Amino acid sequence: MMASSYNAKEEDGHVAVPVGGTIKNKKPDNTAFKQQRLPAWQPILTAGTVLPAFFVIGLIFIPIGIGLYVTSNNIREFEIDYTGTDIDDPCFNCSQSFSWNNTRPCTCALDFSLDHPFESNVFMYYGLSNFYQNHRRYVKSRDDSQLNGDINSLKNPSKECEPYARNEKAPIAPCGAIANSMFNDTLDLYYVHPNGTRIQIPLSKKDIAWWTDKHVKFRNPGNNPNLTAAFQGTSKPINWRRPVYELDTDEENNGFINEDFIVWMRTAALPTFRKLYRIIQKKNNMTPTLPRGNYTLEVSYNYPVRSFEGRKRVILSTISWMGGKNPFLGIAYITVGSVCFFLGVVLLIIHHKYGSRNNSADIPN
Amino acid sequence: EERELVKGSKEAKRQRKKTKKEYKTRTVHSNLLYYRTKAEDNPNRHYADNKIKTTKYTLLSFLPKNLFEQFHRFANVYFVFIALLNFVPVCNAFQPELALAPVVFILSVTAIKDLWEDYRRHRSDKEINHMDCLVYSRPERQYLERFWKEVRVGDFIRLRCNEILPADVLLLSSSDPDRLVHIETATLDGETNLKQRQVVRSFLDLDCEFDPSKYRSVIECEKPNNDLARFRGYITHSSGRRDGLYKDNLLLRGCTIRNTEECVGIVIYAGHETKAMLNNNGPRYKRSKLERQMNVDVGWCVIILLVMCLFSAIGHGLWMYQYGEKRPVFDVLSPEGTHMSPVLSAIYLFLTMIIVFQVLIPISLFVSIEIVKICQVYFIHQDLELYDEETDSHLQCRALNITEDLGQMQYIFSDKTGTLTENKMVFRRCTVAGVEYSHDANARRLAMYQDVVDSEEEDCPSHGGTLPRRDSVTSHQSAAKVVLRSQSTKSHRRTGSRAEAKRASILSKHTAFSSPMEKDITPDPQLLDKVNDGGSQMDFKRFHSQSLSQMPSELTDIIDFFIALTICNTVVVSSPNQPRHKVRMRFELKSPVKTIEDFIKRFTPSRLTSSSNNSSSSSLNRSSNRGCSHLLTSPSAESTLTKLDEEPSSPVPAPPTLGTCYDGKPGSQEEVELRYEAESPDEAALVYAARAYKCSLVGRLPDQVTVEFPHLGRLSFELLHTLGFDSNRKRMSVVVRHPLTDQITVYTKGADSVIMDLITPPPTDDSKGKRHRRILYKTQNYLNRYAADGLRTLCIAKKVMSKEEYAVWLRRHLEAETAIQGREDLLFESALRLETNLHLLGATGIEDRLQDGVPETIASLRKAGLQIWVLTGDKQETAINIAYACKLLDPEEEIITLNADSQDATAVLLEESLHYIQVKFLCSSSDPSRAFQNDYASVYSFSPPASSSSSQPFLVHRLGLVIDGRTLAYALDSSLEEKFLAVARSCRSVLCCRSTPLQKSMVVKLVRNKLKVMTLAIGDGANDVSMIQVADVGVGISGQEGMQAVMASDFAMPRFRNLQKLLLVHGHWCYSRLANMILYFFYKNAMFVALIFWYQFHCGFSGSAMIDQWYLIFFNLMFSAFPQLITGTLDKDVSSETLQELPQLYMNGQNSEEYKPYMFWVNMIDAFYQSLVCFFIPYFAYVDSDVDLFTWGTPITTLALLTILTHLGIETKTWTWLNWLSISFSVCLFFTVALCYNASCPSCFSPSSPYWTMQTLLGEPLFYLLCVLTPVAALMPRSVGCARKCALKLLPSDVWLGPESPSANCEAFQFPTTITALHHHQLMLSFTHTTLIYKRHIIVI
Repeated sequence: MMASSYNAKEEDGHVAVPVGGTIKNKKPDNTAFKQQRLPAWQPILTAGTVLPAFFVIGLIFIPIGIGLYVTSNNIREFEIDYTGTDIDDPCFNCSQSFSWNNTRPCTCALDFSLDHPFESNVFMYYGLSNFYQNHRRYVKSRDDSQLNGDINSLKNPSKECEPYARNEKAPIAPCGAIANSMFNDTLDLYYVHPNGTRIQIPLSKKDIAWWTDKHVKFRNPGNNPNLTAAFQGTSKPINWRRPVYELDTDEENNGFINEDFIVWMRTAALPTFRKLYRIIQKKNNMTPTLPRGNYTLEVSYNYPVRSFEGRKRVILSTISWMGGKNPFLGIAYITVGSVCFFLGVVLLIIHHKYGSRNNSADIPN
Repeated sequence: EERELVKGSKEAKRQRKKTKKEYKTRTVHSNLLYYRTKAEDNPNRHYADNKIKTTKYTLLSFLPKNLFEQFHRFANVYFVFIALLNFVPVCNAFQPELALAPVVFILSVTAIKDLWEDYRRHRSDKEINHMDCLVYSRPERQYLERFWKEVRVGDFIRLRCNEILPADVLLLSSSDPDRLVHIETATLDGETNLKQRQVVRSFLDLDCEFDPSKYRSVIECEKPNNDLARFRGYITHSSGRRDGLYKDNLLLRGCTIRNTEECVGIVIYAGHETKAMLNNNGPRYKRSKLERQMNVDVGWCVIILLVMCLFSAIGHGLWMYQYGEKRPVFDVLSPEGTHMSPVLSAIYLFLTMIIVFQVLIPISLFVSIEIVKICQVYFIHQDLELYDEETDSHLQCRALNITEDLGQMQYIFSDKTGTLTENKMVFRRCTVAGVEYSHDANARRLAMYQDVVDSEEEDCPSHGGTLPRRDSVTSHQSAAKVVLRSQSTKSHRRTGSRAEAKRASILSKHTAFSSPMEKDITPDPQLLDKVNDGGSQMDFKRFHSQSLSQMPSELTDIIDFFIALTICNTVVVSSPNQPRHKVRMRFELKSPVKTIEDFIKRFTPSRLTSSSNNSSSSSLNRSSNRGCSHLLTSPSAESTLTKLDEEPSSPVPAPPTLGTCYDGKPGSQEEVELRYEAESPDEAALVYAARAYKCSLVGRLPDQVTVEFPHLGRLSFELLHTLGFDSNRKRMSVVVRHPLTDQITVYTKGADSVIMDLITPPPTDDSKGKRHRRILYKTQNYLNRYAADGLRTLCIAKKVMSKEEYAVWLRRHLEAETAIQGREDLLFESALRLETNLHLLGATGIEDRLQDGVPETIASLRKAGLQIWVLTGDKQETAINIAYACKLLDPEEEIITLNADSQDATAVLLEESLHYIQVKFLCSSSDPSRAFQNDYASVYSFSPPASSSSSQPFLVHRLGLVIDGRTLAYALDSSLEEKFLAVARSCRSVLCCRSTPLQKSMVVKLVRNKLKVMTLAIGDGANDVSMIQVADVGVGISGQEGMQAVMASDFAMPRFRNLQKLLLVHGHWCYSRLANMILYFFYKNAMFVALIFWYQFHCGFSGSAMIDQWYLIFFNLMFSAFPQLITGTLDKDVSSETLQELPQLYMNGQNSEEYKPYMFWVNMIDAFYQSLVCFFIPYFAYVDSDVDLFTWGTPITTLALLTILTHLGIETKTWTWLNWLSISFSVCLFFTVALCYNASCPSCFSPSSPYWTMQTLLGEPLFYLLCVLTPVAALMPRSVGCARKCALKLLPSDVWLGPESPSANCEAFQFPTTITALHHHQLMLSFTHTTLIYKRHIIVI
């Protein structure tokens, strides 16, 4: 194809013979590039260069790994499953009797105790398992411009939202399967004082979503401060109890910019995931955020997971500079570092042994 | 006469009938007759005009036509199919518009390239269309300047000297007194000698200037065709008379008028219908071995793709099935709100997965390969070492897509003459009448040339002074008389300065066969004396009107010998001083009119010398050529009549001016250096040789040859017939009337084997007969000796015919000429009848010098494991000697010679040779005393490539095989070819002599098909064309013999020695670069796609991708494209110097070491491993966290990119700044694009809506930690593999290093990786390196 007509002119059979002119010398230029003599560095993998590289990598990786491991271990994390699959579980009844269009709230309470105090800010997550938020059709089922406050999209949701785009002619806001399946359990945490009193722990729902999501990506339609009016003519998602403009009483956290909603809309990468629910701010330096002791988790059980054998969890965790508790990275660094170091040693031995053997191998003939 | 006319009219009738029936002709009228009438009435209106348009497209047609062409490529159709699949809602994976992007990108890149090329063609067309020429205009009644494109069929155009013909023109008038026109056809066929063209017979004897307005004739001729050597038709005059038109009347477009002041012709074919344009077919398309191999692996990729899709589809079906009737919330219903059954869903998913995994079939691979090949071709073009300063030409890649094949050659088939040798014929020695003249002085002179060439350094500017006068582009005009003595010629071949070289190149362009080395022959004093003696005696005899028969027979033989050398050829004489008139010295013939004479006269074809009859000219179709030249010679009544009219008026003896000419005082004309233009270099060599003995050819006319002799002055030989050279007869003859004896004499020149058989056996009894026998015997001895010295031998003989004999022969000859059926055969027989009972005059030995560096090249190519076969048309002895000279054969090795007369004998011979080889080489290996020698022999052993049909390796012994053409014909028979190959492949070198072009191509085909090896054919002449076309790679030498071979070739180069660098360096590089790039491509795509595949296990096989679709689609096109192109273009695994010093490294490519089938799988496995690492490290790092899909996918993309680039870095052997630049560019490009993309629009890029993702990631330490860890972990196996190789196989550097520069020091570590590959094959390599004596390394792996 490329070859089809490279030098069409020459083959026309009538290249003008230069009449009386000077013949251009066709001698190629003697440049390093054209003669393929560019100065080059040859990173040849010889024993001399590879072995030190292995050792150096090993020596760098192992300390990093140890550091990461220690950091991860210093993170406090507590996890409690409240799905209610067992008959003994407090939430068993709720989980059994539940369906999406249940209007009567079902509540259950779980008691647990923390053996270690949580010193710094505690992040409260809800976790779902077996929930394929990354399913291809699920991921697509949203309308970003509607969520961005576009009036037109509000009235005419994208066809990606189908079949959750319209409810009886009325456009659904927010449309799509993701919004429709929004997590709607309510979780409350109580500290059970040793004297028996239950103290509700204040849960902050501010800053649980990305700042850019809350302030740029998600916007309520119009500049109307009255959300009810703004969402006039739209329908709530089928599975929702309340319309979108009643998600919260706080005007800054209502409608599309409700942070719980925003967090949910950020679809999880893997079928087992957690999402930030609340933050327990550290009050002062003297007392730990969550002291050692007994706690009660009160769940307003709304979200059905039985159909896909999902699990629901609540996770309390502190975080470090590298995120939540995850010893993997530290172990991985240590492993890779050790393997490199080990390989370096092996290669050194082989080189030492066979390299010298080769030396003696060339017998002059 | 009457009979002839009847015959003619009959023929015409038949022709007319044919015309009506088949309508195969074109009728051309003069446009002038119709200039007033409307355009519709012009009978020429249907013919193409002279505007050429080589462009493929117009503005309107470009898009549809180009797309249509591109869709011929399967891959494009596939990708368009996938892109369209995206528009189907149930299975779309990406935004449909976005999915079109890569296909559109690829298509538009190709389209833009096509457009640019088309534009270039358009510009060149425009330039050509707007060239000027003179066209006769009726209103102005004169010739006016017109553009070429305005010329139409039926126009009259006037051409002047050095003008280029704008169209195919029928010659009607010429300023030349002989009504000839000389044209240079170099642009058509590359032949540099001038060709004569003749005015149409009816206009031959027009006295006044040709007036187009009076032209009323109608021309009927063939439809346009591409046969350059054929043109037939006839012209019908208003009087009703009709004349034939032949090839010699037609001037072809693109040729240049030379030596003729002016000529006029009528346009017959114009524009695209000209023969030159019809001959213009584009470059060849071949598919390289590597590409074939690659296509197999593309097929595997398709299979892997389907397996992955099927797996996913089944997985998805099962995943759906497990939920049963309870639909989970995340399993979104179809848009219509209905459930899909798992099976249906799985089927849709299968299609979706094809889209998602499409990257596995590398869409950009094809484009990248083409880009890389273009770059490789560019670098080959630019190589200084492949540039020949003498001819100012560099290596030309005519086929652009098989550069990598150069690195995989196994067999080389070479022509001898002109390929291994210079094809510059130098007269070395001769024998006349049994006496040998050794020409020692001449030999010394030649040796001196060699010295001059060798020691070019000594610069002598004074010598440059001899050349400038020849420095003119149109050297025919002003190449002044230069007396080139051996001293002054030094400067010609010196290649020191550019100007000098330019001058030399101009020189050599225009006078192809006349380098001073060939021209200045130092005569042998003894022979010179005899020539002088003979001349004076003859002159004396002539003066005193004595019979010449009393002269000593030796002297007459000598004179005849030189006469034969001078006239028995088709050399054209031109004089540089009189460019527009060729040398014209018509010395009227003294022709006594006798009865028989009269008869002869009448039927002697008038002005016939078809110079093109010579077989060495590169006629495309020899048989048709012969046929038509003879057509030309068929006598026409008119010309015979005119001839008769003019004959009796000139019975004048030699003009008086002649007398003054010869007696010691050279006339002014003698200073003129005459230029001889011969069609083959040997002819010119002989003419120059004769000139050295003062027997110079001074003029050649169609019916007369003028020769100047010492003492005798100028003699004109009436040329009665020229029986051109043909390869069957292997001789040529001229029939002349001897001016002194007035006898009809035949001079024959030809191959010794043929001529010696035609010599009259001398009578046994008398002394004369004894003497003759002795002469014959001696000559034969000398001939053998010449052949043994590697000289080309020619025998010269003559025959004197009585008038009666001649008449008898002539009658039959004329019959043959006029015959309609089997004309060629009859003419052949007629020639055989004439060339009998010859009298041997002597023989010549011409040296065809070896080209520079041929033995070295052959030696190193052989070290590189290449089998070299030489296929030549030369005789066995000559060929063997040249073979020894160029080190093809080794004096130490045995030679098996196969000469047989019959099929059976050949079979027996082959059987015996096979047996001999087995006994000698296989059994003797047990003999300890021969063990070493055997080892040495096996140095050249190599195992056949994996693709070879035979499994066991065979040894190449130190044996040479010589086979002649006849035996070869038997051996090539299907019953014997296996045996022949068995013998031939175990010989180190094979030499086929006396082989015809067809045999050459058959040999190549046989070896190529039966042994399944890669073959390269190299040649320079028309006889090599078929071989060049058959071989995998055809190489043409753009040397002396025209452009035929070059036109057919894939690569054209100036010298044979260029082959070494082309194969060993460029071939190796091209192959290893491309092989590595292709493997890398497969790896890269597999690695990237596998990431998504692993993800399917975590998303319910739903076809979801964590990699943003923009990254997914542009990853290949943008982010990872440049570095691999740079590496694919510039990477050098071994330096050029090392490759040339260690030709063994070439075997790497021969055995396809860089790209074995298993390597594809190794790369695939590595790709899968790496993708596992790149997937699961982030997976575990983020498992059970609040990470969202694309915030998790973006690091994976980044990691994959870093890993892929680092992988490329490991694979890159040499890092130039371009590599650094391209890799950092890629990384920067990715981050820049990602940051811009993630900042651009918060709500646009559904579904990923990646707003601020990359920015957030860059703020997290975890991201950087992953970026460090993952590539290291992913590339560990590969780097360990490399390191293991190095650590294990590293040999002490001193073995691999001679006394080399420090820069070579690092390369030393390179060889092991390449060499060790060879060790797999239990190869023992020897290096006869400068500093090393023979060493062997056996490395156990």
